[in-house]
Amino acid sequence: MSTRSLRLDPIACRAHGLCAEELPEAIVLDEWGYPIIPTEPLPTDWVRRAKSAAAACPVLALRVETRN
Amino acid sequence: MTALTTPRPTAQVAPWAPNPMATDRLLPTRPAVGWTDHVARLGRSPARATEQLVPSLDATGLLGRGGAGFPTGRKVLAVAAAVARTRLPAVVVANCCEGDPTSSKDRVLVARSPHLVIDGAVAAAVAVGADRIVLAAGENSATHRTLLAAAAERPGTAQEISVVGVPHRYIASEATALVRFLNTGDARPAGKLLPIWERGVGGRPTLVDNAETLAQLALVSRFGPAWFAAVGTAAEPGTTLVSIGGAVRRPGVVEVPHGAPLRDVLACAGAAPAGWALLGGLAGRWVELSGMAGIGYSTAQLAAAGGVRGVGSVIVLPPGGCLLIETARIIHYQAQAGARQCGPCMFGLPAIAADMTALGRGDAGALDRLRRRLPVINGRGACSHPDGAVGLAASALSALTTHQSRHLRQHLTAGGCQAPAPVVPLGPA
Repeated sequence: MSTRSLRLDPIACRAHGLCAEELPEAIVLDEWGYPIIPTEPLPTDWVRRAKSAAAACPVLALRVETRN
Repeated sequence: MTALTTPRPTAQVAPWAPNPMATDRLLPTRPAVGWTDHVARLGRSPARATEQLVPSLDATGLLGRGGAGFPTGRKVLAVAAAVARTRLPAVVVANCCEGDPTSSKDRVLVARSPHLVIDGAVAAAVAVGADRIVLAAGENSATHRTLLAAAAERPGTAQEISVVGVPHRYIASEATALVRFLNTGDARPAGKLLPIWERGVGGRPTLVDNAETLAQLALVSRFGPAWFAAVGTAAEPGTTLVSIGGAVRRPGVVEVPHGAPLRDVLACAGAAPAGWALLGGLAGRWVELSGMAGIGYSTAQLAAAGGVRGVGSVIVLPPGGCLLIETARIIHYQAQAGARQCGPCMFGLPAIAADMTALGRGDAGALDRLRRRLPVINGRGACSHPDGAVGLAASALSALTTHQSRHLRQHLTAGGCQAPAPVVPLGPA
């Protein structure tokens, strides 16, 4: 069964912080405003908002990946 | 002096192999810098296909010698598989940049055996299916000049060999930074999102290996795993280069068989196993040497004893040396040396560097800040640069709160110590 997980490009990330507003249960910001992204597969009921979090990023640094 | 006691070989493969018990494999006692002397010493390198070379590399358990310690056989296999998949010829990059200022082994290796390194690159190129070899070294360094001369005097090969000068910056020789530099002139890490084994230099599958790794690979390819394993440990056969510096009588680079007790390795530099030392480079670990005298110098044994092999350097602190001051200095350097691309590194390293300095000046709150910040920074960069600084800081904290707790108390009460001047070498950031 395939799972979804978040993947961040740390070079692209500019600490806008919008992702953390979309999915506060999973994404927290560090003291400099950069998101700490969970590495483990996302629970299915978070996937929709994880996609919103990725879509909210102004520099497209966050993606939802499908892993088999 | 060039007197040779053995006749020069005419066959493609050396008609004899050097004594496998001798441990001057990479750094020959009798100089063999030029092509003719090199061939007289070791013969010509045979061409081995992937199916021949990879099992030999796996049998020897050869791990990369650039710091990360990735299994070389797996790396070669991944690039060969990418060549088969993409139908693009690969590129082999011999990383002779040696960005870590505590290490001088690759500089010494290239000075003494430049053709062995190139032989390794050629053998790797044949195995993965590469038509281009890049020898990368610090711009205008002695290594750069030696490689230019060596490449020029070699007879033609099936691969195009070029020598490229790389900026003298700590981070520039990280594998993805090197590939990015070769592609765009920008020597900053490209991160895990760039799979260089598949789309590296010129968009082609790329094998980046450290100079010593390639020299070892050349020996495995030429003489086979049984010859290679005549010295060393069962898990890690062969020899290794160790850079020894700091408060030792004869700093320099030595070649030792894996598993040689740390006591004997230190003795090569005229040092005794006493006091604190930084093992593995600027991203390494602090160890107390007196407890490690009998520990064998190998990846597994060093790790089990709380050390790390890393770039293969040992920097010994003088009596009374302060690892808190040394660590603060190193992390300030690491913060400067970063590529300023990823937030957790760009902001986190200066923060923990300042915490280390504050701790040295007696700020007890810095301990809590470090304990909170280190795990937050770890693993969040595009490359492992921040992780190296975090690992070193954690190792210093662990030492300061256990074995060195009296010394830490002195910092906390007196705001400093009477340590002699720092000894860990730091290069240009």
